[in-house]
Amino acid sequence: MEKFTVHEGLAAPLDRSNVDTDLIIPKQFLKSIKRTGFGPNLFDELRYMDEGYPGQDNSQRPLNPDFVLNLPRYQGASVLLARRNFGCGSSREHAPWALMDFGFRAIIAPSFADIFYNNCFKNGLLPIVVEEDVVDEMFGEVAANEGATIRIDLENQLVTRPNGETVSFEIDAFRKHCLLNGLDDIGLTLQDAESIRAYETRRMEREPWVFQTP
Amino acid sequence: MAGKTLYDKLFDAHLVKQRDDGSALIYIDRQIIHEVTSPQAFEGLRLAGRQPWRINANLATIDHNVPTTPFSNASEIEDDTSRIQVQTLENNTREFGITEFGIGDPRQGIVHVMAPEQGAVVPGMTVVCGDSHTSTNGALACLAHGIGTSEVEHVLATQCLIAKKMKNMRVRVEGQLGPGVTAKDVVLHIIGVIGTAGGTGYALEFAGSAIRGLSMEGRMTICNMSIEAGARAGMVAVDDVTIDYVRGRPFAPAGAQWDQAVSYWRTLVSDEDAVFDKDILIDAADIRPQVSWGTSPEMVVPVDASLPVPSQEQDPVKRTGMERAYEYMGLEPSMKVSDIQVDRVFIGSCTNSRIEDLRAAAEVARGRRKADSVKQVLVVPGSGLVKQQAEQEGLDRVFVEAGFEWREPGCSMCLAMNPDRLLPGEHCASTSNRNFEGRQGNGGRTHLVSPAMAAAAAVAGHFVDVRELEKAE
Repeated sequence: MEKFTVHEGLAAPLDRSNVDTDLIIPKQFLKSIKRTGFGPNLFDELRYMDEGYPGQDNSQRPLNPDFVLNLPRYQGASVLLARRNFGCGSSREHAPWALMDFGFRAIIAPSFADIFYNNCFKNGLLPIVVEEDVVDEMFGEVAANEGATIRIDLENQLVTRPNGETVSFEIDAFRKHCLLNGLDDIGLTLQDAESIRAYETRRMEREPWVFQTP
Repeated sequence: MAGKTLYDKLFDAHLVKQRDDGSALIYIDRQIIHEVTSPQAFEGLRLAGRQPWRINANLATIDHNVPTTPFSNASEIEDDTSRIQVQTLENNTREFGITEFGIGDPRQGIVHVMAPEQGAVVPGMTVVCGDSHTSTNGALACLAHGIGTSEVEHVLATQCLIAKKMKNMRVRVEGQLGPGVTAKDVVLHIIGVIGTAGGTGYALEFAGSAIRGLSMEGRMTICNMSIEAGARAGMVAVDDVTIDYVRGRPFAPAGAQWDQAVSYWRTLVSDEDAVFDKDILIDAADIRPQVSWGTSPEMVVPVDASLPVPSQEQDPVKRTGMERAYEYMGLEPSMKVSDIQVDRVFIGSCTNSRIEDLRAAAEVARGRRKADSVKQVLVVPGSGLVKQQAEQEGLDRVFVEAGFEWREPGCSMCLAMNPDRLLPGEHCASTSNRNFEGRQGNGGRTHLVSPAMAAAAAVAGHFVDVRELEKAE
């Protein structure tokens, strides 16, 4: 997994609450058996005027000129500013894969859906919860200043707003550690293999049926 | 010290290791696997040279991509990408020795219908699947929730998940449900009350006399939509209904082990003095048949109501969301629900494709005909075994005589990954769980309802109060 330490990047505002994973990456693109290549279809239904399907040449498709990520001023954005309950809906990890593949490294919102939030950390994408009124102000700052950037310092858990003020954010110690070091958590868990085996032995005595198949 | 909630008990019973940083390693008893969210996980195992930790903890089937028209071989799936996913699962399960209920196996079906039906999920288990509706299995007093593909790989490789304990929320529904009011109406009503993010960060326990009065299948419908209330996991405590449901199923314990299991399972209830971080009380008598009107599951109204007016919403973020939903849905504030015309009807999905759901739909369809204005009514059973049962009861003939289409099991038009889908602008009365933009097909407009309400809409051509329909006879 890619490390995340400090990132400063162009901010793009997605002014819409309850952005669901179907909107982030529509189902027809979930048929891929790979983890990469989802970026061109991120927000497909908002981004293009026609209906997308897998394997298409996306460069030939008509763009929706009103969609925020199509505006010239937001080209190259890597920090997404979003509204409450971002990432609700399905468990598809294709959603963070698509956001990463497009070039986003962090998302700032007042709240995230649980599964999406969790999936982001497995991929080096940092979801940051910031109070709703502050997020609201940041929307204003981004709109008012073309080229506005946001800086994120994970070690110190600080976001530097376009207006220069800093906001601190919360993150689980374990997730932070994994992200800062780009750690593969399967490898970490396997260091506890003995604990897992000991647990299984205890459980097998108490609930043997759990370990049997007909 | 306060007692434990059901969730506390399940979490504690699966704790392998509590780490100093607040994270915990919890043991996973059962992983259900399907074709869409698993290929990258198996690929990850291969790349790292890892083997599954406990092969028989896993059980696979195909559901999201499969056509609902008869086919006997993967090569008959027309869509290339769908076919490749189905074949990839076949190859992966074969390579790693995992049991799969594949094409032609009567046990094949929607993951969350198949697993309880087989007894592959029993009380007290932790259950995961790369699908957010895994919460369905919580009806059996399990800790069951959806995970992403990285976690599917993590569970395959370690039989554990890194977890952080959630908070506890109880939703009590007390009293008697009115006639024509089903489990689906109860859960849509609950989501309308607590909101689509109301359960974020919580494990939900559904309790109260109205929940205890539901069958196991009804409870599955309720737990299924926990995620639409923002909660990854929902659950119902063990009682006689639970035990009776599990008894005799293929994967369930038998003989002396059965008695041992039952005596343990009986403890899987929240203690009298358990404290919930949030406790919500709903009067069953307030619940009427529900219809969703917008593009978020919290946008629901009773069938006999009018659609809400955005200008009356105080919260500006919600107000904007409502306005956008009206535009997408092509509806007007204040219009009556019964004035919404329906183009297609979908009866199926992990929410409502079990035998009781099909019986409820058939009861309405019996002796009636689909309205001419309705283009298609799809009835998609949740598994091959549900299909067999329905055919033994003659439900298939009831549907066909009413002009409905009787299909093969799968997820179908719930998420339209297979050929079953809406055309732009079409309104669908759907027994599924999500009314997001484009969910059932690009530009499609979904209205979430119960199976009886869906069948009634199919007959009338617009939404009708199923209670009135029954009276009219």
